[in-house]
Amino acid sequence: MSRILSTYGGILVAAMGQTLLLALYGLLFACVIGMVVGIMSVLHNRACRAIAAIFVNLIRGVPMIVLAYFIFFGVPYFWNTILQIGGLTLTALQAGTICLALNCGAYMAEIIRAGIESVDVGQMEAARSLGLPYWRSMQRVVLPQAIKTMIPSIINQFIITLKDTSILSVIGFPELVNTAKNVVAATFLSFQTWAVVGLMYLIVILLLQRAAKVLERRLKYAK
Amino acid sequence: MQSNAVKIHVSHLKKSFKELEVLEDVSLDVLEGEVVVIIGPSGSGKSTFLRCLNRLEESTGGEIVIDGISITDKSVDINKVRERVGMVFQHFNLFNNMNVLRNLMLAPVDLKKADKAQARERAMAMLERVGLSDKAESYPSQLSGGQKQRVAIARALCMKPDIMLFDEPTSALDPEMVGEVLEVMKELARDGMTMVVVTHEMGFAREVADRVLFMDGGTILEEATPEEIFSHPKNPRTQDFLNKVL
Repeated sequence: MSRILSTYGGILVAAMGQTLLLALYGLLFACVIGMVVGIMSVLHNRACRAIAAIFVNLIRGVPMIVLAYFIFFGVPYFWNTILQIGGLTLTALQAGTICLALNCGAYMAEIIRAGIESVDVGQMEAARSLGLPYWRSMQRVVLPQAIKTMIPSIINQFIITLKDTSILSVIGFPELVNTAKNVVAATFLSFQTWAVVGLMYLIVILLLQRAAKVLERRLKYAK
Repeated sequence: MQSNAVKIHVSHLKKSFKELEVLEDVSLDVLEGEVVVIIGPSGSGKSTFLRCLNRLEESTGGEIVIDGISITDKSVDINKVRERVGMVFQHFNLFNNMNVLRNLMLAPVDLKKADKAQARERAMAMLERVGLSDKAESYPSQLSGGQKQRVAIARALCMKPDIMLFDEPTSALDPEMVGEVLEVMKELARDGMTMVVVTHEMGFAREVADRVLFMDGGTILEEATPEEIFSHPKNPRTQDFLNKVL
């Protein structure tokens, strides 16, 4: 254990940094996708709702590892070799970010849709009856109430996404699991290495949960 | 009644939800300052009719003209019309994320009807009018049902509407709170507000209404002054209904 820590500790911590970076990029875009698709799925417009439903079902129905291979290997192959347009290369970070953003975005969209739908329709009707336009009513009345109910699920989704970055080791992104594999290959100390890696994930996620609790409490009591 | 301008003109209004026809052929004129009370069994279409008047429900046929503006015309900016047509709901629908004062100030400020100071002043005046000046800083969850409904009325009044629609405003209230809400409504009627009220409060209808409409099966079956309709109902279904509720 001490050999792993002293020799490879720095490398593993750096790899955790890469994991966090990837998760951060992924979550950032996932929030945007989730917001847009989530709101699309509560609109009156049928086309918007259909597009949102197709997107969510498609992503939820495909394992993320398949999505990762498809984006990293499949899409450039399709573009460069089949379409013969050429010039498309994705770095592992880019492909990983897209993959996480799509995957987490679909789940976020569902959380946001459910959050908006949990607000009584009377709230929107009352705002509209006063003459407020739809978007204004959404912004001032519905969304502030929806967000409160969404927070726990969103934080849960963040944690799942952070753990899902490990799947992206398969496309060669130097995140924690991928790096740990290399460490095991060089040292054969699989028990020690994976124990340390597990512990590192645990610590980061516990810290995240702690921060989330504080945030949740603040929102609850904020009037 | 100072004048008899037509504030609400409804002709041959129809509304169906898919196969189900809720409003068959409803026509009605409401004059300025008039209080029209709509009674009838549940499922008779009275709430749907009321909700068509500010287009919370889209009608499927016929015409509605509010103050000379045809709101069934899709090109009309319905938000402009809604600014002058207040609505009070059965379940109050106060904005839960705001205190009472901000509930009252939201629309006037957001729609630039008033600056913040003016809106606050008007909000406080309206709260005074419904007897709740001391609740300005309270949140909806801290109020009783009767208080919530009085705040909801004050909120609608902050937009200076000239028509008020009431959708069963006392149906969700505990019996001991019905009186305080009806009292506010009576005062509004006395002040000359044009009102359309869907209610089961026959006492209110008798006392305040200029006209009572009995709706059943998506049509207006009978229309008369309160004395006439309560003492000598002509339609057998009106008689039957009144026998059950009185």
